Amino acid sequence: MSIELKPKDYKSDIKPVWCPGCGHFAILSALTKALAYLKIPKHQIGFVSGIGCSSRIPAYVDSYGFHGIHGRGLALASGLKAARPDLHVIVAGGDGDGFSIGGNHFIHTCRRNMDMLYIVMDNQVYGMTKGQASPTTDPDWVNKLTPHGSGIRPFEPLAIALASGASFIARGFSGDPSAMSKILVEALQHPGFSFVQVLSPCKTFRPEQMEWKKQVHNAFIEPTDDPALAAQAIHNDDGMGMGIVFQRDIPIWSLAKKNTNTKQDDSKTSIEKITSEFEL
Amino acid sequence: MSSSSFSVAVTGAGGSGAVTTGLILLEAMAQHGFYGFMLRSSGPQIRGGESAVMMRFDTGEVLAANNQFDYLLALDWFNIERFIDEIPLDKNSLVIFDLSAGEIPEVLSQSNAQVVGFDLKKMAKSIQGGRVNMIALGLLANTFSLSDQSIDRAVNKILGRKGIKIVETSIACVIHGMNEHKKSNLWPVKIPTGNLSTKTTRWSITGNEACGLGALYAGVRFVGAYPITPATEILEWMSPRLEKLGGGLLQAEDELASINMIIGSSFGGIPSLTATSGPGLSLMLEGIGLAISSETPVVVVNVSRGGPSTGIPTKSEQSDLNIALYGCHGDAPHLVVAPLNISDAVFTTYWATCLAEQLQTAAIVLSDQFIGQSRAIINNPTIEDIKCRRITADNAQENYQRYKILDSGVSPMSIPGTPGCMYTADGLEHNPKGTPSSMSIDHLTQLEKRNNKLLKFDYGEQWSDISGKGDIILITWGSSSAMVKEAAQQLKKQSYSIKTIAIRLLMPLQVDLLSAALKDAKKVIVIEQNQGKQLFHYLHSQNSLPIDAYSFARSGPLPFRPDEIANYIEVIL
Repeated sequence: MSIELKPKDYKSDIKPVWCPGCGHFAILSALTKALAYLKIPKHQIGFVSGIGCSSRIPAYVDSYGFHGIHGRGLALASGLKAARPDLHVIVAGGDGDGFSIGGNHFIHTCRRNMDMLYIVMDNQVYGMTKGQASPTTDPDWVNKLTPHGSGIRPFEPLAIALASGASFIARGFSGDPSAMSKILVEALQHPGFSFVQVLSPCKTFRPEQMEWKKQVHNAFIEPTDDPALAAQAIHNDDGMGMGIVFQRDIPIWSLAKKNTNTKQDDSKTSIEKITSEFEL
Repeated sequence: MSSSSFSVAVTGAGGSGAVTTGLILLEAMAQHGFYGFMLRSSGPQIRGGESAVMMRFDTGEVLAANNQFDYLLALDWFNIERFIDEIPLDKNSLVIFDLSAGEIPEVLSQSNAQVVGFDLKKMAKSIQGGRVNMIALGLLANTFSLSDQSIDRAVNKILGRKGIKIVETSIACVIHGMNEHKKSNLWPVKIPTGNLSTKTTRWSITGNEACGLGALYAGVRFVGAYPITPATEILEWMSPRLEKLGGGLLQAEDELASINMIIGSSFGGIPSLTATSGPGLSLMLEGIGLAISSETPVVVVNVSRGGPSTGIPTKSEQSDLNIALYGCHGDAPHLVVAPLNISDAVFTTYWATCLAEQLQTAAIVLSDQFIGQSRAIINNPTIEDIKCRRITADNAQENYQRYKILDSGVSPMSIPGTPGCMYTADGLEHNPKGTPSSMSIDHLTQLEKRNNKLLKFDYGEQWSDISGKGDIILITWGSSSAMVKEAAQQLKKQSYSIKTIAIRLLMPLQVDLLSAALKDAKKVIVIEQNQGKQLFHYLHSQNSLPIDAYSFARSGPLPFRPDEIANYIEVIL
């Protein structure tokens, strides 16, 4: 019955809206490669996103998807995973979506440590609104909205994920899809909240990012399960280091675990029991 | 008003046990065959603040606020001036107070109420561990001819979890208070007593519990939750019971998350709900728009409080109608329903869930603090199965179109895990397949689809509750309905012929049915508890009111009194 699916089988027939040369294409390919490698059935995937260039990605994967509203992808995905623990839940979005408008959800989804994968396709810019500074943008990057630069120090996604309790933390680069694909395979297999920041150049609004390929380097050779060592590694890194920095088994939040002693099929009896609480 | 109805208020400082006194009295009266309800009112403090309960009893179901109070039990005078507006007294009222609590405040002496002081503290001291509130409860228990057995059962039910010692001391205090009243003969025993022979199963339930129960009946098995007064009890009540039913509750980091969580869980095929109040509803609006656009069923119970902004969190107002109707950006038709009273909250929330599931949209249930946080003794509410269910696509199909244009406007929804009909739900405008589209034809057809499915559906007679006959027509909604109905009954006794229309389905407004119900009206009066005449303007905007219709609208937090409504109507007639 099961036919071996190839990476391309996981792609939908919708043409991406991304600009030519956008790093996001490589992320889509790396992800479909990882899904094919792990033989995850397409109909068992729930692919959720918010708003932004990168958040368009669920429609480009042939699976169940939800392109929600700006910044709320993680919340929607948490509800989906809680109610449907059998699904493979993947969330993707950009740096503005995930770290600015969705920053609070990022922190609390890390804390909750539900079993899902979160990919942030980070290009340090709001692309869909044509080039404003995001939380990961350097303070002196000049643009129309902040002509003297934002003047704000960049958000540190890996450090914040670690401090917030994420149990798998990694960084990849869209210019190295094969290494990224391996990270995504590990992330998908990790039981818990896996956070993967992928540096993904924006050729249109940040053409200077095409130099990233010269700047990235392998930094996190072996993941540690010690938060103190991970914090040190993140702190010592220049933001361009690749690899899995932290991986640890931490209790996973799920409804199913809480409900191991309840049977779903006797709901009629239970409802009657609940109703009888009110009787005088 | 039923002549057999009577009312009691209990006030006191935090820790004085006013609420416990009320709960035991309500339970004991119920044991004795009475119906009744108890509204809570508290100050802004978390703990240690003053609180009051306002209760009304009758030999039949009673869910409306009363005109004035027959008894006020003042456990002390702490901040009595903050409550006195909520406790109308007149010369027939009896105020019972503790002599050790000091002078009678001026606000009370102005009311002409009769006042009787007891040395409650001394009486309490005569029993080891004795408390003033239980002595005071005894005075009333004897007044209402409650049996020792009813007291015993009520105290056990309300205080049982605190241990046998407290239960026994409390019962001893109540009995002591009963005897003191017998001895004193200061005011008469009240007749008639409750209807002990009642055959109906009766319930003790709050409006918030009723909403939760209705949702469970309709199949809600997932709740996204962020606490907010006065809606939290819905979430707290549902949490352990959802687990018993194989579902669960996820506490969110904020209301932005809770609404999106239930969109996610509902997308996963599980009927889902969240409960909130004004500030939370404001935050949820973008999410509600997403549910509407992506056609994902969700239920949002809004337990309304005084607004705007933080407003009056602990007290009631019907001022969230506008946000419920118009809060979403874009053309965003959805369902707005309002329970008419505590009992009706079971059905209305059940109905809202069924409709949301059937019509694949968001349903907002507009309850309020008056309904939500009041406890009532009611007849066991019966729920007829209205057989609305989500229509799903269960088999793999070539070219599955999630948003296919069909006559009913409702297209089968595929649930993740179903092979062969995958799709991406979207808040972006989309074509029938679900692919994002900014083409005018797709926008037009999808807007029409989402509108038509609501307009073409037959909601049956449940759209409103119509009572009485006549050419004077009162239109109302939500928690005011009970008081409006009682005002109509008062006026009927003066030979006015009055019809009351309490609208349960506010959106989509059943314009034709409402017009038919208003046929031959001589005078139409729209009654609601908000300053902005929100229902009145809404009905006008739908061409559903005669041009000379009257509006009787005033803000909360004081509940309408039946007399207040009747007086207004008499003036304009």
